[in-house]
Amino acid sequence: MIHEILWLILLIVKIVGVLIALTITVAYLTFFERKVIGYMQARLGPNRVGIKGWGQPIADVIKLLFKEIIIPKKSNRFLFLIAPMLVIVPTLTIWAIIPVSSKAVLANINLGILFILTFSSITVFGIMLAGWASNSKYALLGAMREVAQLIAYEIAMGFAVVGVVMASGSLNLQTIVMHQSGGIWHWYFLPLFPLFIVFWIAGIAETNRLPFDVAEGESELVAGFHVEYSGIAFGLFFLAEYINMLLISVLAALFFFGGWLSPVQNIPWLSSTLGWVPGSIWLFLKIAFFMYCFFWLRATLPRFRYDQIMGFGWKILIPITLFWIVILGVIINLGWL
Amino acid sequence: MATTKEYNLNFGPQHPAAHGVLRLILSLEGETITNVDPNIGFLHRGVEKLAENLTYQQITPYIDRLDYISTLANEHCYILALEKLCGITPPERAQYIRVLFDEITRLLSHLIWLGSHALDIGAMSVFLYAMQEREKLLDCYEAMSGSRVHPNLYRIGGMRHDLPETMPDGTNFFNYLRDFLTELRKVLAELENMLTDNPIWKKRTIGIGVATKEQAIAHGFTGPMLRASGVNWDLRQQQPYAVYEQLQFNVPVKQAGDCYARYLVYLAEMQQSSRLIAQCTTWLENNPGPINTDNKIINIPAGEAYAAIEHPKGEFGIYINSQGENKPWRLRIRAASFPHLAAINMLAKGHMIADLAAIISSTNIILGEVDR
Repeated sequence: MIHEILWLILLIVKIVGVLIALTITVAYLTFFERKVIGYMQARLGPNRVGIKGWGQPIADVIKLLFKEIIIPKKSNRFLFLIAPMLVIVPTLTIWAIIPVSSKAVLANINLGILFILTFSSITVFGIMLAGWASNSKYALLGAMREVAQLIAYEIAMGFAVVGVVMASGSLNLQTIVMHQSGGIWHWYFLPLFPLFIVFWIAGIAETNRLPFDVAEGESELVAGFHVEYSGIAFGLFFLAEYINMLLISVLAALFFFGGWLSPVQNIPWLSSTLGWVPGSIWLFLKIAFFMYCFFWLRATLPRFRYDQIMGFGWKILIPITLFWIVILGVIINLGWL
Repeated sequence: MATTKEYNLNFGPQHPAAHGVLRLILSLEGETITNVDPNIGFLHRGVEKLAENLTYQQITPYIDRLDYISTLANEHCYILALEKLCGITPPERAQYIRVLFDEITRLLSHLIWLGSHALDIGAMSVFLYAMQEREKLLDCYEAMSGSRVHPNLYRIGGMRHDLPETMPDGTNFFNYLRDFLTELRKVLAELENMLTDNPIWKKRTIGIGVATKEQAIAHGFTGPMLRASGVNWDLRQQQPYAVYEQLQFNVPVKQAGDCYARYLVYLAEMQQSSRLIAQCTTWLENNPGPINTDNKIINIPAGEAYAAIEHPKGEFGIYINSQGENKPWRLRIRAASFPHLAAINMLAKGHMIADLAAIISSTNIILGEVDR
């Protein structure tokens, strides 16, 4: 009995630990983003609060927490308030199965990929409700765009992941990563290159980042589905967006870039000199690189139009994945992978 | 059986893409625009009426504030109308200074156009780089007039004062301008590199907001909007004022009439403005002289006059009807971007909401001038 209770307490501590780590990471991701984009746009980014601006994310969080949540009079109060929770809860749940090294994971489940796809789809309901319950045309338009876009790109992303599953023969994230061991040449981004590109583009679209941010396209819909939200209710949408970005980066690293594996495995001299670097550092570096790519794209590209995004998803990305899955089947059957 | 219904969307007056305080009432079918009803007047200050109670010298600052991002071009037009009325010709040096600052103004206006147009299509960085270059030009304004935005610099028959010898930091004014032009060429090349061949940019601008040659003429388009529709019409060439006859420049014309063509015209015009600034700089450096007419007593005779100049946005005209007093009996402003806004329904019909943002910014409307 005492063992079960201890186990339960430990689990709760772990869960809280993951949540706190996530929140802090997201807070500093916003700081990182503003700095990166700032330097790319010939300005400095936040540099006032704390030492060199490092207090900025804390100040932002405190501001959001203490701001009044304004609920529009003609909105549906219940749905209006439940929508951000419907978005944030599935987003956080996914992190239960994300491994950061071969041992550190909350739940090592065998249907990992299905779990991720399922829970990331649930957020659509929250977004739809947010747009609908606000009783604002801008919010409704934003929600409609977002839902259509999420569905289209989830299919492309799902197919891209199917390629990974075919190559590794498993739905378990740990197994997928361990299949890629043996240095940078064994990572899946080489044989599955088109799928990686599709996955990455679909990931950007899923998280509503430029050039696919039509759902909250500032110059058209002001802020899209969360235009009526303020305070921490808006904060939750914001948090969910950044956690999703982080998730896409982690998944890209796990599926295509060997997760926590060192890129220099089996390379005679390098693997021994860099052998002391723990796996989580490699994973961290990979995630940081992908996050940087998110910000880089945001600072570079103009925005697509909504119908162009749909065309791009259905007519280009999905056919590419289907085609490459067939090729992959042939390759695997011939025993080349 | 599901039915569809047209609905109205209130776009503005507080909207990030409305460029000031413009209210558009959109009729939408899904996301497709079936009708646009522009609702203006939120920035109406009654400048035309105010002018009737002000002396001629007092009006200049008001004229500055019409199109608040191309101030000196407005002023030039007003002063030209007055000079026409009095029959004064300012000394050549003053005219060169005016052309120099007109072209600086054109760069100011076009840079902010490029930035905000890109911002509305989602390319945020372009805006900041354009603003950075703009700051350097505003420094020129400041060195010349002491004010960065509303200089109040031109006078009837000349200038308030001559060009400054140095910038505030001590560099030679002419060298500063030349350095700026070299720098600008680099920045423009970078921005072009980012946008001109960008497939997303092309998808968002080609075929969007098309005005054919006939439509453009029928709607009274002028300036870059008209030239992007294939009409070679530039007041600097057709009805030369100041010293434009003595300067070499081309008038860029594109045929397509869509947002992309306008973008190309604007970019090409910036190159031409740089050329003109370089020519003026050389001339002004080598030809010192008076900047005001000898006639210090100016009586505005009774009569009427209309002067129009090639403003960054098109034909900007001022009509003055004087009864021989020290203030105009009637002052009428032809705003360059007013007809462009009036054509918004024609331009945007059948496009989507996202395109509307691109179309509004491509027409380069400034509400201060539209509402007057």
